Amino acid sequence: MRQQGPPRHSLDNTSWLRRFRLPTQPLLRHLILALCGAGILYLVTSSLSPYNDYEIGEIALYVIALAGLSLLTGMNGQISLGNGAFMAVGAYTMALLMTHTQMNFIVELLAAIGAAAAMGLVIGIPATRLKGPYLAGMTLLFALALPPIADKWSTTFGGDQGLTTTVPNAPGNINPEEWLAWIQIIGALITLVLLANLIQSRFGRSFRAVRDDEIAASVAGIHVGRTKVLAFVISAGCAGLAGGFLGLSTGVVNTGEFPLTLSIQLLAAMVLGGTGSLMGMWWGAVLLVYLSQWSTSLSGYFNLGSGASAYLATIIFGVVLIVVMIAAPTGIQGGLRWTWRRILGLLFRQPAVIHPASGLPDDRVPIYQSDER
Amino acid sequence: MSLFINITLDGVSSGMIFAALALALVLIFRATKIINFAQGAMAMMTTFLASSLLAQGLGYWWAFVAALAIGFVLGALVERVLIRPLKGKSELNPVVVTIGLLVVLEGIAGVIYGNASRGFPAAYSQSGLTVGRSKIAFSHFDVFIVVAVLVLMIAILVLFRATTLGLRMRASAFAGEIARLLGVRVGMLLTLGWALAGVAGSLAGLLVAPTSSFSPYYMDLVLVYAFTAAVIGGLESPVGALIGGLITGLCISYVGGYLGSGLQPLGALVLLMVALMARPEGIFARHSVRRV
Repeated sequence: MRQQGPPRHSLDNTSWLRRFRLPTQPLLRHLILALCGAGILYLVTSSLSPYNDYEIGEIALYVIALAGLSLLTGMNGQISLGNGAFMAVGAYTMALLMTHTQMNFIVELLAAIGAAAAMGLVIGIPATRLKGPYLAGMTLLFALALPPIADKWSTTFGGDQGLTTTVPNAPGNINPEEWLAWIQIIGALITLVLLANLIQSRFGRSFRAVRDDEIAASVAGIHVGRTKVLAFVISAGCAGLAGGFLGLSTGVVNTGEFPLTLSIQLLAAMVLGGTGSLMGMWWGAVLLVYLSQWSTSLSGYFNLGSGASAYLATIIFGVVLIVVMIAAPTGIQGGLRWTWRRILGLLFRQPAVIHPASGLPDDRVPIYQSDER
Repeated sequence: MSLFINITLDGVSSGMIFAALALALVLIFRATKIINFAQGAMAMMTTFLASSLLAQGLGYWWAFVAALAIGFVLGALVERVLIRPLKGKSELNPVVVTIGLLVVLEGIAGVIYGNASRGFPAAYSQSGLTVGRSKIAFSHFDVFIVVAVLVLMIAILVLFRATTLGLRMRASAFAGEIARLLGVRVGMLLTLGWALAGVAGSLAGLLVAPTSSFSPYYMDLVLVYAFTAAVIGGLESPVGALIGGLITGLCISYVGGYLGSGLQPLGALVLLMVALMARPEGIFARHSVRRV
């Protein structure tokens, strides 16, 4: 018999909150959520100013990079400090293609993803052979090693000036900021749907199995190294797409846009949003886009020097990393989930189902006593 | 030929500095199986404080000793306040927390000391020694670097091999529960390990500062070079850290001398990748057994 979602305990509960369920097929469910998100974002972007649209587009592009990182860390248990550098790979690939060829810009974005993913493969293969902090250290080195290369071959990569990018013309009389924001939002929603499906697929299960216990996973027939490299390559590809979009947003691609701090800020935003969650990455992306503005006004408030606001933002990101890890490892999304469950529990308290044999509430019955064995 | 000799000598002196910071990473990894990514930033902080003391008119050697002492206290403080609460959680949490500490310290140094890069004095003359009739790229200060790091290394080895305290430290790192049963104060010794690492890191910071642009970020690259060195040496052995430091120092010195200094981090990355591919457990690590 086909299972119809979780069992409903009390049919006399007339609450629509309890009755309403999304479809259980992953693809359908995620597409419905993505279309709802697209609808809300369409209403928001068409009512706001062009500058706000530009910011929403930036949020969307950071969501792409953060979602890849969240998959890597939350689902597969690896930490990358180099995703800012993978963004640089994507951005430079796209800008080079724009400068030298006349391709369709979707092809250029796909090339950005491909180049970053290929770089991820090169970095990932040696690092994922080992557990623990090796990948973090190696990607840290990668993030520091990449920008000087662009400076070294400045004729190819444009040196300090960088390379310029062009956004494809908007159809009709849509203003360019809104058009760019829509390109980025669509990219983010497609990425989120693909990743959400991936997480619920065979690959997602093997990612989690490797994260929880490598030896058990390999006994179960999962190729541990290949799985870890795959997760790393996917996260690098996401970063590549985000980098391409960042190049479109800023109009130029130069090394100053991709310092080590970008990679660390991505990690902080991911941790704050909720490691392993995809929806939580919207919170992290909002932090990334608005924190520098907030810290500028904060440093003005405290009368700090002109250079201090960037350092203040750095301090805030670092404090976020430390405090969230020690106090609330599930981040904002975990906190929201917990609160939501609490509210539901308070509003619609179910009478506890008592297990007849042990006299304990049903969910407290030790597994060896429950009838299901 | 003289270019080659000078590059080699330069590699030796920078390799010794990487070895000092790699030793700090090894001390912490042995005790708590954590890579302290904030080790470089902690050294940066103690060196900035030393430069403040120098600006107050304190003598060089007093500021030097003060920086080492502050490093000791800072290391202990970080272990107690930030690392202890993570005990028993995922091994990713310490990575994230030490990265957070790295950027917090860099941010604090940036707010206090500003963006402008300032100078830091060297203990001895930095002009090259004269051998025969030619000047080589090895100064009195480079001699001091080699001697200081060797003294530190020998002191650590003597502590671990020849004293009861060192035996207790090894025991608490190797089998914490059993050591605790036998009356060893394991928690205290883990803190001591972090504090000693703070001293080693501070030494590296003081030795790098005169030859680099002394900004809040000046230890970032040194940290990743030291990480490379520690991984090559196997992350567990002080002697491995020394050898790994020399290999890394020579390697990036040759890359810098013949291909340009911008490619040095890339050279280190290639070295690290080759080392991980060829001998993942490091040159000096004993073979470890995975327990199911």
